[in-house]
Amino acid sequence: MTIVHTVQGNRILVAVHGDLDLQTASPLREALDELLDRYRDKGLVLDLSEVNFIDSSGLGVILGRYKRMAGRGLSLTGVKPNVRTVLELAGITAIIPVSDARPSTKDQHV
Amino acid sequence: MKNTVKMEFLSVPDNVGLARVAIAAIAGQAPFSLSEIDEIKVAVSEAVSNAIIHGYHSRPDGWISMTAILDKQGLNVIIEDFGAGIADIEQARQPSYSSDPERMGLGFVFMESFMHELHVESTVGKGTRVEMQRFSRIQGELSRDVQ
Repeated sequence: MTIVHTVQGNRILVAVHGDLDLQTASPLREALDELLDRYRDKGLVLDLSEVNFIDSSGLGVILGRYKRMAGRGLSLTGVKPNVRTVLELAGITAIIPVSDARPSTKDQHV
Repeated sequence: MKNTVKMEFLSVPDNVGLARVAIAAIAGQAPFSLSEIDEIKVAVSEAVSNAIIHGYHSRPDGWISMTAILDKQGLNVIIEDFGAGIADIEQARQPSYSSDPERMGLGFVFMESFMHELHVESTVGKGTRVEMQRFSRIQGELSRDVQ
C-alpha cells in the first residue's frame, strides 16, 4: 500500500493505493495520524480510487480517524462499488460523506 | 466442477491477502459473478483476520488452515485456528463486539452477510473453526425450436 498526500486549502487529500486490510491497517493509521497532527486545522479527504478491497480492519482505520477528528471533516471519494457495499453494510455511509467520482484538484504538493 | 484445496499458513497479516487471492482463484472455477467473488473475499479476509487477532493474539507463530470445497452447490470454506478459542460465540457474533476500539466488531457480521451459511465452533484453549458456504447460481435459458 502506498499513500500520496496533497494539501489543498483547508483539506488534506490522501490518495490510497492498495488493499485496506489487517496487513495495511497499521501503516495507514500511522500515516494518517501523522498528517492529522501536522495539519491540525484541516479536514481529510480519502481518495479510494485505487483501493480494490476493504474489510473491517480497513474500516476500523477510517472510523477511528473519524472519531479522532471530532468534526474537522472527513469524506471518502473515488469509492468503487464493491468497497461501497462494505461501507454501506457497516453504516459508514450514514455518517461520512462518500462519493464515487474522483475529486477535481489543482494539487499543491507539499 | 468439483475441487478441494487445502492450505496452511502462519498467522502473519501478510497471509490475509494470500488467503483472499487463493479463495478468489478457487471461486473463479465456479459460476460466481465478480461481485460475488468480492464478497467471498471479504468473508475469508474477516475469518483469517479473526484467527490472527483473536485466535493467536497477533502472535505470528500460529497455524491457520483453510479448506475450500467446490461442488455443484457452490463453495464451502473452512478456516481453522488452534489458538485461544472463543468463550462466548453468541456474544462474539454480535455487531460492534470488539475488545479493540480501532476495530468495528463487524467480522462475523460480514461473514454472515456475504455468505449463505455460517457455522462457528470453538473451544477455549484449543481453537476456532469457522465454516461458511456460498451457493452458486446457475442461470440459463431454455430454448426450443418453434415452428
